[in-house]
Amino acid sequence: MSQDKSQKFGFETRMIHAGAQPEPVTGARQTPIHQNTSYVFHDAEHAASLFNLQTFGFIYSRLTNPTVAVLEERIASLEDGRGSTCCASGHAAQLLAFFALMEPGDSFIASNRLYGGSITQFGKTFKKFDWRVKFVDVDDPQNVRDALTPDCKAIFVESLANPGGVISDLEALSNIAKDAGIPLIVDNTMATPYLCRPFEWGADLVVHSTTKFLSGNGTSLGGCVVDSGNFDWAQNDKFPGLAAPEPAYHGLNFYETFGDMAFTTHAHAIGLRDLGSTMAPMNAFQTILGCETLALRMERHCENAKKVAEFLEGHPAVAWVSCAALPSSPYHALAQKYMPKGAGSVFTFGVKGGYDAGIKVVESCEIFSHLANIGDARSLILHPASTTHRQLSEEQQNAAGAGPDVIRLSIGLETLDDLIADLDQAISNA
Amino acid sequence: MSEKIDHDSYSDAYLRTLLNSVKSVAVVGASPNWNRPSYFVMKYLQDKGYRILPVNPRATGEEILGEKVYASLAEIPGDFDMVDIFRNSEVAGTVTDEAVELAGSKNIKAIWMQLTVRNDDAAARAEAAGLQVVMDRCPKIEFGRLNSELSWGGFNSKVISAKRRKVRIG
Ligand SMILES: Cc1ncc(COP(=O)(O)O)c(C=O)c1O
Repeated sequence: MSQDKSQKFGFETRMIHAGAQPEPVTGARQTPIHQNTSYVFHDAEHAASLFNLQTFGFIYSRLTNPTVAVLEERIASLEDGRGSTCCASGHAAQLLAFFALMEPGDSFIASNRLYGGSITQFGKTFKKFDWRVKFVDVDDPQNVRDALTPDCKAIFVESLANPGGVISDLEALSNIAKDAGIPLIVDNTMATPYLCRPFEWGADLVVHSTTKFLSGNGTSLGGCVVDSGNFDWAQNDKFPGLAAPEPAYHGLNFYETFGDMAFTTHAHAIGLRDLGSTMAPMNAFQTILGCETLALRMERHCENAKKVAEFLEGHPAVAWVSCAALPSSPYHALAQKYMPKGAGSVFTFGVKGGYDAGIKVVESCEIFSHLANIGDARSLILHPASTTHRQLSEEQQNAAGAGPDVIRLSIGLETLDDLIADLDQAISNA
Repeated sequence: MSEKIDHDSYSDAYLRTLLNSVKSVAVVGASPNWNRPSYFVMKYLQDKGYRILPVNPRATGEEILGEKVYASLAEIPGDFDMVDIFRNSEVAGTVTDEAVELAGSKNIKAIWMQLTVRNDDAAARAEAAGLQVVMDRCPKIEFGRLNSELSWGGFNSKVISAKRRKVRIG
Protein backbone atom coordinates (compact mmCIF):
# COMPACT_ATOMS: atom_id res chain seq x y z
CA MET A 1 0.00 0.00 0.00
CA SER A 2 1.80 3.08 -1.18
CA GLN A 3 0.66 5.82 1.14
CA ASP A 4 2.88 8.83 0.58
CA LYS A 5 5.38 8.59 3.43
CA SER A 6 7.46 11.56 2.43
CA GLN A 7 8.19 13.99 5.24
CA LYS A 8 7.26 17.46 4.16
CA PHE A 9 7.87 19.15 7.49
CA GLY A 10 10.85 19.02 9.84
CA PHE A 11 10.83 17.35 13.25
CA GLU A 12 10.58 20.59 15.24
CA THR A 13 7.65 21.82 13.16
CA ARG A 14 5.84 18.53 13.67
CA MET A 15 6.51 18.41 17.43
CA ILE A 16 4.64 21.71 17.73
CA HIS A 17 1.97 21.44 15.03
CA ALA A 18 1.20 17.84 14.07
CA GLY A 19 -2.39 16.93 14.91
CA ALA A 20 -3.30 20.37 16.23
CA GLN A 21 -4.95 22.79 13.89
CA PRO A 22 -6.87 25.69 15.45
CA GLU A 23 -10.13 24.53 16.99
CA PRO A 24 -12.61 25.10 14.14
CA VAL A 25 -15.52 26.59 16.08
CA THR A 26 -13.76 29.02 18.45
CA GLY A 27 -10.37 29.43 16.77
CA ALA A 28 -8.61 28.45 20.00
CA ARG A 29 -4.96 27.93 19.06
CA GLN A 30 -3.75 25.72 21.89
CA THR A 31 -5.40 22.31 22.01
CA PRO A 32 -8.51 22.45 24.21
CA ILE A 33 -8.77 19.93 27.05
CA HIS A 34 -11.89 18.01 26.13
CA GLN A 35 -12.72 16.93 29.67
CA ASN A 36 -15.73 15.09 28.39
CA THR A 37 -17.03 11.54 28.24
CA SER A 38 -19.55 11.40 25.38
CA TYR A 39 -20.52 13.07 22.13
CA VAL A 40 -23.97 13.96 20.79
CA PHE A 41 -25.05 12.13 17.62
CA HIS A 42 -26.68 14.02 14.74
CA ASP A 43 -29.35 11.34 14.55
CA ALA A 44 -29.84 7.59 14.88
CA GLU A 45 -28.32 6.98 11.46
CA HIS A 46 -25.17 8.90 12.37
CA ALA A 47 -24.90 6.92 15.60
CA ALA A 48 -25.18 3.65 13.68
CA SER A 49 -22.48 4.72 11.20
CA LEU A 50 -20.14 5.60 14.04
CA PHE A 51 -20.69 2.31 15.83
CA ASN A 52 -20.17 0.45 12.54
CA LEU A 53 -16.87 2.38 12.05
CA GLN A 54 -18.24 3.64 8.74
CA THR A 55 -17.61 7.27 9.51
CA PHE A 56 -14.99 9.15 11.53
CA GLY A 57 -16.12 10.78 14.74
CA PHE A 58 -16.41 10.53 18.48
CA ILE A 59 -18.73 8.30 20.46
CA TYR A 60 -17.38 7.87 23.96
CA SER A 61 -14.00 8.82 25.43
CA ARG A 62 -13.06 5.25 26.35
CA LEU A 63 -12.52 4.81 22.59
CA THR A 64 -11.44 8.22 21.35
CA ASN A 65 -11.27 11.77 22.67
CA PRO A 66 -10.37 14.94 20.71
CA THR A 67 -7.51 15.96 23.03
CA VAL A 68 -6.07 12.46 23.14
CA ALA A 69 -6.41 12.28 19.34
CA VAL A 70 -4.16 15.33 18.96
CA LEU A 71 -1.44 13.61 20.98
CA GLU A 72 -1.94 10.41 18.98
CA GLU A 73 -1.38 12.19 15.68
CA ARG A 74 1.53 14.14 17.19
CA ILE A 75 3.39 11.00 18.26
CA ALA A 76 2.49 9.14 15.04
CA SER A 77 3.94 12.04 13.08
CA LEU A 78 7.14 12.22 15.16
CA GLU A 79 7.71 8.49 14.66
CA ASP A 80 6.67 8.79 10.99
CA GLY A 81 4.07 6.10 11.52
CA ARG A 82 0.59 5.65 10.07
CA GLY A 83 -1.30 6.13 13.32
CA SER A 84 -1.09 5.67 17.04
CA THR A 85 -3.21 4.73 20.02
CA CYS A 86 -2.63 6.47 23.34
CA CYS A 87 -3.52 4.76 26.56
CA ALA A 88 -3.20 5.01 30.33
CA SER A 89 0.48 4.05 30.75
CA GLY A 90 3.46 2.46 29.07
CA HIS A 91 2.40 -0.88 30.45
CA ALA A 92 -1.08 -0.40 29.03
CA ALA A 93 0.57 0.27 25.65
CA GLN A 94 2.45 -3.01 25.82
CA LEU A 95 -0.72 -4.90 26.68
CA LEU A 96 -2.57 -3.14 23.85
CA ALA A 97 0.16 -3.95 21.33
CA PHE A 98 0.18 -7.66 22.14
CA PHE A 99 -3.60 -7.84 22.51
CA ALA A 100 -4.09 -7.38 18.76
CA LEU A 101 -1.48 -10.02 17.90
CA MET A 102 -1.79 -12.82 20.42
CA GLU A 103 -4.17 -15.73 20.91
CA PRO A 104 -4.04 -17.94 24.00
CA GLY A 105 -1.11 -20.35 23.66
CA ASP A 106 0.90 -18.00 21.42
CA SER A 107 4.40 -16.92 22.29
CA PHE A 108 6.75 -14.02 21.64
CA ILE A 109 10.45 -13.33 22.02
CA ALA A 110 11.67 -10.45 24.20
CA SER A 111 15.07 -9.12 25.08
CA ASN A 112 16.26 -10.13 28.54
CA ARG A 113 17.41 -6.53 29.01
CA LEU A 114 14.19 -4.60 29.54
CA TYR A 115 12.73 -2.31 32.15
CA GLY A 116 12.18 -4.66 35.12
CA GLY A 117 8.46 -3.95 35.18
CA SER A 118 8.20 -5.17 31.59
CA ILE A 119 10.00 -8.39 32.42
CA THR A 120 7.48 -8.99 35.18
CA GLN A 121 4.48 -7.99 33.05
CA PHE A 122 5.53 -10.33 30.22
CA GLY A 123 6.83 -13.19 32.32
CA LYS A 124 4.26 -13.30 35.09
CA THR A 125 1.06 -11.43 34.26
CA PHE A 126 0.85 -12.26 30.54
CA LYS A 127 1.09 -15.92 31.55
CA LYS A 128 -2.42 -15.59 32.95
CA PHE A 129 -3.68 -14.99 29.38
CA ASP A 130 -1.65 -18.04 28.29
CA TRP A 131 0.72 -15.76 26.38
CA ARG A 132 4.24 -17.13 26.67
CA VAL A 133 7.41 -15.08 26.52
CA LYS A 134 10.92 -16.28 25.79
CA PHE A 135 13.59 -13.89 27.10
CA VAL A 136 16.80 -14.03 25.11
CA ASP A 137 20.07 -12.11 24.94
CA VAL A 138 19.45 -10.22 21.69
CA ASP A 139 23.03 -8.98 21.41
CA ASP A 140 23.65 -12.09 19.35
CA PRO A 141 20.86 -12.16 16.73
CA GLN A 142 21.41 -15.89 16.33
CA ASN A 143 19.86 -16.35 19.79
CA VAL A 144 16.66 -14.81 18.41
CA ARG A 145 16.65 -17.05 15.32
CA ASP A 146 17.17 -20.09 17.52
CA ALA A 147 14.26 -19.12 19.75
CA LEU A 148 11.74 -18.75 16.89
CA THR A 149 8.84 -21.21 16.91
CA PRO A 150 5.71 -21.43 14.70
CA ASP A 151 3.52 -19.97 17.46
CA CYS A 152 5.85 -16.95 17.90
CA LYS A 153 3.94 -13.74 17.06
CA ALA A 154 6.43 -10.92 17.69
CA ILE A 155 9.90 -9.84 18.75
CA PHE A 156 10.07 -7.14 21.46
CA VAL A 157 13.09 -5.01 22.39
CA GLU A 158 13.89 -1.59 23.82
CA SER A 159 15.82 0.63 21.40
CA LEU A 160 17.83 2.00 24.32
CA ALA A 161 17.32 -0.34 27.24
CA ASN A 162 16.39 0.66 30.78
CA PRO A 163 18.31 0.86 33.10
CA GLY A 164 21.38 1.65 31.15
CA GLY A 165 23.66 1.83 28.24
CA VAL A 166 22.39 -1.09 26.13
CA ILE A 167 21.31 -0.56 22.52
CA SER A 168 19.46 -3.11 20.38
CA ASP A 169 20.59 -3.83 16.82
CA LEU A 170 17.24 -2.91 15.28
CA GLU A 171 18.19 -3.56 11.67
CA ALA A 172 19.44 -7.09 12.34
CA LEU A 173 16.40 -7.86 14.49
CA SER A 174 13.95 -6.51 11.93
CA ASN A 175 15.47 -8.76 9.26
CA ILE A 176 14.86 -11.76 11.48
CA ALA A 177 11.29 -10.64 12.13
CA LYS A 178 10.66 -10.13 8.41
CA ASP A 179 11.95 -13.61 7.56
CA ALA A 180 9.65 -15.05 10.21
CA GLY A 181 6.63 -13.03 9.03
CA ILE A 182 6.14 -11.41 12.43
CA PRO A 183 6.36 -7.78 13.60
CA LEU A 184 9.29 -6.25 15.46
CA ILE A 185 7.98 -4.18 18.38
CA VAL A 186 10.34 -1.55 19.77
CA ASP A 187 9.93 0.26 23.08
CA ASN A 188 11.34 3.68 22.15
CA THR A 189 10.66 5.30 25.54
CA MET A 190 14.26 5.96 26.53
CA ALA A 191 15.41 7.26 23.13
CA THR A 192 12.26 9.13 22.02
CA PRO A 193 11.60 9.72 18.32
CA TYR A 194 14.01 12.65 18.45
CA LEU A 195 17.00 10.38 19.01
CA CYS A 196 15.90 7.17 17.30
CA ARG A 197 13.26 6.30 14.70
CA PRO A 198 12.77 2.53 14.79
CA PHE A 199 10.53 2.47 11.68
CA GLU A 200 13.49 3.66 9.60
CA TRP A 201 15.28 0.46 10.64
CA GLY A 202 12.39 -1.84 9.81
CA ALA A 203 10.44 -1.99 13.08
CA ASP A 204 6.68 -2.49 12.63
CA LEU A 205 5.24 -1.21 15.92
CA VAL A 206 6.67 1.23 18.46
CA VAL A 207 5.49 1.52 22.05
CA HIS A 208 6.10 4.38 24.43
CA SER A 209 5.75 5.17 28.05
CA THR A 210 4.83 8.82 27.46
CA THR A 211 5.23 9.18 31.23
CA LYS A 212 8.93 9.76 30.58
CA PHE A 213 10.59 12.15 28.11
CA LEU A 214 7.55 12.85 25.93
CA SER A 215 5.71 14.55 28.79
CA GLY A 216 9.09 15.40 30.28
CA ASN A 217 7.90 16.93 33.50
CA GLY A 218 6.79 14.07 35.73
CA THR A 219 3.13 15.12 35.71
CA SER A 220 1.33 12.46 33.72
CA LEU A 221 1.20 8.72 33.26
CA GLY A 222 0.63 7.68 29.68
CA GLY A 223 1.44 5.24 26.93
CA CYS A 224 1.22 4.96 23.18
CA VAL A 225 1.35 2.25 20.49
CA VAL A 226 2.44 3.55 17.09
CA ASP A 227 1.84 1.51 13.95
CA SER A 228 4.16 1.96 10.97
CA GLY A 229 1.40 0.85 8.63
CA ASN A 230 3.96 -1.28 6.80
CA PHE A 231 3.23 -4.76 8.13
CA ASP A 232 1.19 -7.06 5.88
CA TRP A 233 -1.13 -8.74 8.39
CA ALA A 234 -2.48 -11.08 5.70
CA GLN A 235 0.91 -12.52 4.60
CA ASN A 236 0.28 -15.62 6.74
CA ASP A 237 -2.47 -16.87 9.03
CA LYS A 238 -0.75 -15.78 12.24
CA PHE A 239 -2.89 -12.69 12.91
CA PRO A 240 -6.58 -13.60 12.75
CA GLY A 241 -7.56 -10.65 14.96
CA LEU A 242 -6.43 -8.27 12.23
CA ALA A 243 -6.72 -10.20 8.97
CA ALA A 244 -9.66 -12.59 9.49
CA PRO A 245 -13.30 -11.86 10.35
CA GLU A 246 -13.12 -10.48 13.91
CA PRO A 247 -15.85 -12.00 16.12
CA ALA A 248 -15.47 -9.09 18.56
CA TYR A 249 -16.65 -6.74 15.77
CA HIS A 250 -19.45 -8.62 13.97
CA GLY A 251 -17.06 -10.42 11.65
CA LEU A 252 -15.35 -7.31 10.31
CA ASN A 253 -12.00 -8.01 8.63
CA PHE A 254 -9.94 -5.04 9.82
CA TYR A 255 -7.03 -5.39 7.41
CA GLU A 256 -9.25 -5.76 4.36
CA THR A 257 -11.46 -2.85 5.40
CA PHE A 258 -8.90 -0.39 6.78
CA GLY A 259 -5.68 -1.42 5.02
CA ASP A 260 -2.69 0.24 6.64
CA MET A 261 -5.01 1.78 9.23
CA ALA A 262 -6.10 -1.65 10.48
CA PHE A 263 -3.92 -1.91 13.56
CA THR A 264 -4.71 1.53 14.93
CA THR A 265 -8.43 1.12 14.22
CA HIS A 266 -8.42 -2.26 15.97
CA ALA A 267 -6.48 -0.87 18.93
CA HIS A 268 -9.19 1.74 19.52
CA ALA A 269 -12.35 -0.08 18.46
CA ILE A 270 -11.55 -3.33 20.26
CA GLY A 271 -8.40 -2.77 22.35
CA LEU A 272 -9.44 0.33 24.24
CA ARG A 273 -13.13 -0.57 24.04
CA ASP A 274 -12.61 -3.86 25.87
CA LEU A 275 -9.43 -3.36 27.90
CA GLY A 276 -10.56 0.09 28.99
CA SER A 277 -7.06 1.48 29.53
CA THR A 278 -7.84 4.94 28.18
CA MET A 279 -5.56 7.96 28.52
CA ALA A 280 -7.12 10.85 30.46
CA PRO A 281 -7.59 14.07 28.42
CA MET A 282 -5.69 16.13 31.00
CA ASN A 283 -2.73 13.76 30.76
CA ALA A 284 -2.86 14.01 26.98
CA PHE A 285 -2.77 17.79 27.26
CA GLN A 286 0.26 17.76 29.57
CA THR A 287 2.01 15.40 27.19
CA ILE A 288 1.16 17.56 24.18
CA LEU A 289 2.89 20.45 25.98
CA GLY A 290 5.88 18.20 26.58
CA CYS A 291 6.11 17.21 22.91
CA GLU A 292 6.33 20.88 21.92
CA THR A 293 9.84 21.13 23.42
CA LEU A 294 11.04 17.56 22.90
CA ALA A 295 13.99 18.29 20.59
CA LEU A 296 15.34 21.09 22.78
CA ARG A 297 15.02 19.07 25.94
CA MET A 298 16.56 15.91 24.48
CA GLU A 299 19.57 17.83 23.25
CA ARG A 300 20.22 19.18 26.74
CA HIS A 301 19.38 15.86 28.43
CA CYS A 302 21.98 14.14 26.22
CA GLU A 303 24.59 16.84 26.63
CA ASN A 304 24.27 16.88 30.43
CA ALA A 305 24.22 13.07 30.62
CA LYS A 306 27.36 12.66 28.54
CA LYS A 307 29.25 15.17 30.69
CA VAL A 308 28.08 13.53 33.92
CA ALA A 309 29.08 10.11 32.56
CA GLU A 310 32.53 11.43 31.66
CA PHE A 311 32.90 12.90 35.14
CA LEU A 312 31.95 9.60 36.76
CA GLU A 313 34.25 7.59 34.51
CA GLY A 314 37.15 9.72 35.70
CA HIS A 315 36.19 9.54 39.39
CA PRO A 316 38.56 7.42 41.51
CA ALA A 317 35.73 5.99 43.66
CA VAL A 318 33.64 4.87 40.68
CA ALA A 319 34.09 1.22 39.63
CA TRP A 320 32.40 1.37 36.25
CA VAL A 321 30.00 3.42 34.06
CA SER A 322 27.60 1.93 31.51
CA CYS A 323 26.61 4.68 29.12
CA ALA A 324 26.50 4.21 25.34
CA ALA A 325 27.57 7.83 24.83
CA LEU A 326 31.05 6.93 26.13
CA PRO A 327 33.60 5.55 23.65
CA SER A 328 34.43 2.90 26.28
CA SER A 329 30.96 1.38 25.95
CA PRO A 330 30.60 -1.85 23.96
CA TYR A 331 27.41 -0.29 22.58
CA HIS A 332 29.06 2.93 21.41
CA ALA A 333 29.10 1.88 17.74
CA LEU A 334 25.41 0.91 17.85
CA ALA A 335 24.65 4.24 19.52
CA GLN A 336 26.32 6.11 16.67
CA LYS A 337 24.35 4.11 14.13
CA TYR A 338 20.89 4.22 15.72
CA MET A 339 20.96 7.43 17.78
CA PRO A 340 23.66 9.70 16.38
CA LYS A 341 22.20 12.80 18.06
CA GLY A 342 22.79 11.33 21.50
CA ALA A 343 22.44 8.18 23.56
CA GLY A 344 19.75 9.42 25.92
CA SER A 345 20.12 10.53 29.50
CA VAL A 346 19.52 7.37 31.51
CA PHE A 347 22.52 5.25 32.39
CA THR A 348 24.05 3.26 35.21
CA PHE A 349 27.22 3.20 37.24
CA GLY A 350 28.68 1.39 40.23
CA VAL A 351 30.84 2.65 43.08
CA LYS A 352 33.79 0.73 44.45
CA GLY A 353 32.13 -0.03 47.78
CA GLY A 354 29.44 -2.19 46.08
CA TYR A 355 25.86 -2.49 47.35
CA ASP A 356 26.22 -0.63 50.67
CA ALA A 357 28.22 2.26 49.23
CA GLY A 358 25.72 2.49 46.35
CA ILE A 359 22.77 2.85 48.71
CA LYS A 360 24.73 5.53 50.57
CA VAL A 361 25.30 7.50 47.35
CA VAL A 362 21.59 7.37 46.52
CA GLU A 363 20.64 8.58 49.97
CA SER A 364 23.27 11.34 50.09
CA CYS A 365 22.11 13.26 47.02
CA GLU A 366 20.57 16.69 47.53
CA ILE A 367 19.55 17.67 44.00
CA PHE A 368 19.00 14.21 42.50
CA SER A 369 15.58 12.94 43.58
CA HIS A 370 15.46 9.39 44.86
CA LEU A 371 12.43 8.04 43.04
CA ALA A 372 11.24 5.45 40.52
CA ASN A 373 10.88 7.33 37.27
CA ILE A 374 13.01 8.46 34.36
CA GLY A 375 12.80 11.21 31.76
CA ASP A 376 11.91 14.09 34.07
CA ALA A 377 13.24 17.65 33.82
CA ARG A 378 14.62 16.90 37.30
CA SER A 379 17.60 14.60 37.73
CA LEU A 380 16.70 11.29 39.30
CA ILE A 381 18.64 8.55 41.06
CA LEU A 382 17.67 5.02 41.96
CA HIS A 383 18.99 1.66 43.06
CA PRO A 384 17.18 -0.71 40.63
CA ALA A 385 17.92 -3.99 42.42
CA SER A 386 15.93 -2.90 45.46
CA THR A 387 13.18 -1.05 43.56
CA THR A 388 12.22 -1.24 39.85
CA HIS A 389 13.94 -4.59 39.29
CA ARG A 390 13.12 -5.99 42.73
CA GLN A 391 10.67 -8.67 41.54
CA LEU A 392 13.38 -10.25 39.38
CA SER A 393 15.65 -13.13 40.37
CA GLU A 394 19.29 -12.21 40.94
CA GLU A 395 20.18 -13.89 37.65
CA GLN A 396 17.53 -11.82 35.83
CA GLN A 397 18.76 -8.68 37.59
CA ASN A 398 22.31 -9.28 36.43
CA ALA A 399 21.16 -10.08 32.88
CA ALA A 400 19.09 -6.88 32.81
CA GLY A 401 22.04 -4.77 33.95
CA ALA A 402 20.47 -4.19 37.34
CA GLY A 403 22.77 -6.14 39.62
CA PRO A 404 23.26 -5.36 43.35
CA ASP A 405 25.85 -2.59 42.90
CA VAL A 406 24.07 -0.77 40.04
CA ILE A 407 22.91 2.84 40.44
CA ARG A 408 20.65 4.32 37.76
CA LEU A 409 20.68 8.00 36.87
CA SER A 410 18.21 9.93 34.77
CA ILE A 411 19.96 13.19 34.04
CA GLY A 412 17.71 16.22 33.96
CA LEU A 413 17.95 19.77 32.68
CA GLU A 414 19.54 21.48 35.71
CA THR A 415 22.87 23.32 35.57
CA LEU A 416 25.52 20.75 34.75
CA ASP A 417 27.99 21.91 37.41
CA ASP A 418 25.37 21.54 40.11
CA LEU A 419 24.65 17.96 39.08
CA ILE A 420 28.32 17.03 39.05
CA ALA A 421 28.90 18.71 42.42
CA ASP A 422 25.94 16.85 43.95
CA LEU A 423 27.15 13.46 42.76
CA ASP A 424 30.69 14.28 43.84
CA GLN A 425 29.64 15.07 47.40
CA ALA A 426 27.36 12.01 47.52
CA ILE A 427 30.15 9.71 46.37
CA SER A 428 32.60 11.22 48.86
CA ASN A 429 30.02 10.62 51.57
CA ALA A 430 29.65 6.95 50.70
CA MET B 1 -3.64 17.84 -19.72
CA SER B 2 -0.29 19.53 -19.42
CA GLU B 3 0.66 18.67 -15.82
CA LYS B 4 2.11 15.17 -15.43
CA ILE B 5 0.68 13.41 -12.41
CA ASP B 6 3.05 11.34 -10.26
CA HIS B 7 1.04 8.26 -9.37
CA ASP B 8 3.49 7.27 -6.64
CA SER B 9 2.85 10.45 -4.68
CA TYR B 10 -0.19 12.66 -5.19
CA SER B 11 -0.06 16.20 -3.92
CA ASP B 12 -2.67 17.21 -1.35
CA ALA B 13 -3.77 19.98 -3.73
CA TYR B 14 -4.45 17.51 -6.56
CA LEU B 15 -6.59 15.25 -4.35
CA ARG B 16 -8.37 18.14 -2.66
CA THR B 17 -9.29 19.82 -5.94
CA LEU B 18 -10.54 16.56 -7.37
CA LEU B 19 -12.63 15.65 -4.32
CA ASN B 20 -14.07 19.16 -4.16
CA SER B 21 -15.05 19.20 -7.84
CA VAL B 22 -16.80 15.83 -7.87
CA LYS B 23 -20.46 15.52 -6.90
CA SER B 24 -21.55 12.07 -8.11
CA VAL B 25 -19.60 8.82 -7.93
CA ALA B 26 -20.35 5.54 -9.70
CA VAL B 27 -18.99 2.75 -7.47
CA VAL B 28 -18.02 -0.35 -9.45
CA GLY B 29 -17.93 -3.48 -7.30
CA ALA B 30 -20.39 -2.03 -4.82
CA SER B 31 -21.39 -4.56 -2.16
CA PRO B 32 -24.81 -4.61 -0.48
CA ASN B 33 -23.22 -6.06 2.69
CA TRP B 34 -22.81 -3.49 5.44
CA ASN B 35 -19.42 -4.80 6.59
CA ARG B 36 -17.67 -4.75 3.19
CA PRO B 37 -15.14 -2.00 2.42
CA SER B 38 -17.11 -0.65 -0.58
CA TYR B 39 -20.17 -0.20 1.61
CA PHE B 40 -18.09 1.76 4.16
CA VAL B 41 -16.86 4.09 1.46
CA MET B 42 -20.31 4.62 -0.12
CA LYS B 43 -21.88 5.31 3.24
CA TYR B 44 -19.24 7.86 4.13
CA LEU B 45 -19.27 9.63 0.78
CA GLN B 46 -23.07 9.77 0.85
CA ASP B 47 -22.95 11.32 4.34
CA LYS B 48 -20.58 13.94 2.97
CA GLY B 49 -23.05 14.93 0.27
CA TYR B 50 -21.86 12.91 -2.70
CA ARG B 51 -24.44 11.09 -4.82
CA ILE B 52 -23.33 7.48 -5.04
CA LEU B 53 -24.40 5.20 -7.90
CA PRO B 54 -23.70 1.54 -7.12
CA VAL B 55 -22.67 -0.77 -9.97
CA ASN B 56 -22.70 -4.55 -9.48
CA PRO B 57 -24.20 -7.01 -12.00
CA ARG B 58 -24.74 -9.53 -9.22
CA ALA B 59 -26.85 -7.14 -7.18
CA THR B 60 -29.12 -5.66 -9.82
CA GLY B 61 -32.70 -5.26 -8.69
CA GLU B 62 -31.46 -4.39 -5.20
CA GLU B 63 -30.90 -1.05 -3.59
CA ILE B 64 -27.77 -0.03 -1.67
CA LEU B 65 -28.12 2.91 0.73
CA GLY B 66 -31.34 3.89 -1.02
CA GLU B 67 -29.75 3.91 -4.48
CA LYS B 68 -30.66 1.56 -7.32
CA VAL B 69 -27.89 -0.88 -8.30
CA TYR B 70 -26.90 -0.86 -11.99
CA ALA B 71 -25.37 -3.74 -13.95
CA SER B 72 -22.82 -1.53 -15.70
CA LEU B 73 -21.64 2.05 -16.06
CA ALA B 74 -23.46 2.30 -19.42
CA GLU B 75 -26.80 1.56 -17.73
CA ILE B 76 -26.59 4.52 -15.36
CA PRO B 77 -29.02 7.13 -16.65
CA GLY B 78 -27.65 10.67 -16.78
CA ASP B 79 -24.24 12.09 -15.97
CA PHE B 80 -21.81 11.23 -13.20
CA ASP B 81 -18.44 12.78 -12.34
CA MET B 82 -16.23 9.96 -11.10
CA VAL B 83 -15.86 6.18 -11.25
CA ASP B 84 -14.57 4.52 -8.05
CA ILE B 85 -13.31 1.00 -8.74
CA PHE B 86 -13.47 -1.82 -6.18
CA ARG B 87 -12.15 -4.54 -8.53
CA ASN B 88 -8.68 -6.04 -8.99
CA SER B 89 -6.07 -4.16 -10.99
CA GLU B 90 -6.66 -6.13 -14.20
CA VAL B 91 -10.43 -5.71 -14.21
CA ALA B 92 -9.87 -2.07 -13.29
CA GLY B 93 -8.29 -1.69 -16.73
CA THR B 94 -11.47 -2.88 -18.47
CA VAL B 95 -13.63 -0.68 -16.28
CA THR B 96 -11.41 2.31 -17.04
CA ASP B 97 -11.73 1.69 -20.78
CA GLU B 98 -15.51 1.52 -20.43
CA ALA B 99 -15.44 4.82 -18.57
CA VAL B 100 -13.23 6.44 -21.21
CA GLU B 101 -15.70 5.26 -23.85
CA LEU B 102 -18.60 6.82 -21.93
CA ALA B 103 -16.72 9.93 -20.80
CA GLY B 104 -18.16 12.18 -23.50
CA SER B 105 -21.80 11.11 -23.18
CA LYS B 106 -21.82 10.93 -19.34
CA ASN B 107 -19.48 13.82 -18.57
CA ILE B 108 -17.12 11.60 -16.57
CA LYS B 109 -14.15 13.58 -15.24
CA ALA B 110 -12.19 11.16 -13.09
CA ILE B 111 -11.24 7.54 -12.40
CA TRP B 112 -10.41 6.45 -8.87
CA MET B 113 -8.93 3.02 -8.12
CA GLN B 114 -9.13 1.79 -4.54
CA LEU B 115 -6.29 0.80 -2.20
CA THR B 116 -4.17 -2.02 -3.73
CA VAL B 117 -5.76 -1.40 -7.16
CA ARG B 118 -3.36 0.04 -9.71
CA ASN B 119 -3.22 -0.17 -13.51
CA ASP B 120 -0.74 2.30 -14.99
CA ASP B 121 -1.51 1.47 -18.65
CA ALA B 122 -5.21 2.07 -18.13
CA ALA B 123 -4.41 5.28 -16.22
CA ALA B 124 -2.34 6.53 -19.16
CA ARG B 125 -5.23 5.83 -21.56
CA ALA B 126 -7.67 7.68 -19.31
CA GLU B 127 -5.33 10.64 -18.91
CA ALA B 128 -4.83 10.79 -22.67
CA ALA B 129 -8.61 11.07 -22.94
CA GLY B 130 -8.54 14.03 -20.52
CA LEU B 131 -9.67 12.26 -17.36
CA GLN B 132 -8.02 12.65 -13.96
CA VAL B 133 -6.79 9.47 -12.29
CA VAL B 134 -6.04 8.39 -8.71
CA MET B 135 -4.82 4.86 -7.97
CA ASP B 136 -4.17 2.78 -4.85
CA ARG B 137 -5.97 5.23 -2.59
CA CYS B 138 -9.34 5.38 -0.86
CA PRO B 139 -11.53 8.46 -1.35
CA LYS B 140 -12.98 8.06 2.14
CA ILE B 141 -9.52 8.04 3.72
CA GLU B 142 -8.32 10.95 1.58
CA PHE B 143 -11.43 13.03 2.24
CA GLY B 144 -11.10 12.33 5.96
CA ARG B 145 -7.37 13.04 5.91
CA LEU B 146 -7.68 16.37 4.10
CA ASN B 147 -10.57 17.50 6.31
CA SER B 148 -8.95 16.60 9.67
CA GLU B 149 -11.42 13.79 10.34
CA LEU B 150 -8.81 11.06 9.98
CA SER B 151 -6.92 12.74 12.80
CA TRP B 152 -9.82 11.97 15.13
CA GLY B 153 -8.85 8.32 14.97
CA GLY B 154 -5.21 8.97 15.87
CA PHE B 155 -3.89 8.85 12.29
CA ASN B 156 -1.01 10.78 10.84
CA SER B 157 -2.71 13.04 8.29
CA LYS B 158 0.56 14.80 7.41
CA VAL B 159 -1.49 17.96 7.16
CA ILE B 160 -0.03 20.87 9.10
CA SER B 161 -1.80 24.20 9.05
CA ALA B 162 -2.33 27.17 11.35
CA LYS B 163 -5.54 28.06 9.52
CA ARG B 164 -9.01 27.47 10.89
CA ARG B 165 -10.30 24.54 8.88
CA LYS B 166 -13.58 24.42 7.04
CA VAL B 167 -15.14 20.98 6.98
CA ARG B 168 -17.24 20.09 3.98
CA ILE B 169 -20.30 18.49 5.50
CA GLY B 170 -23.19 17.16 3.43
C1 LIG C 1 11.50 1.59 29.00
C2 LIG C 1 10.19 1.58 29.71
N1 LIG C 1 9.14 0.97 29.15
C3 LIG C 1 7.94 0.94 29.77
C4 LIG C 1 7.74 1.49 31.00
C5 LIG C 1 6.39 1.42 31.64
O1 LIG C 1 5.77 2.64 31.54
P1 LIG C 1 4.63 3.17 32.55
O2 LIG C 1 5.29 3.34 33.88
O3 LIG C 1 4.18 4.44 31.93
O4 LIG C 1 3.57 2.11 32.58
C6 LIG C 1 8.81 2.14 31.64
C7 LIG C 1 8.60 2.75 32.97
O5 LIG C 1 9.45 2.88 33.78
C8 LIG C 1 10.06 2.19 30.96
O6 LIG C 1 11.12 2.78 31.54
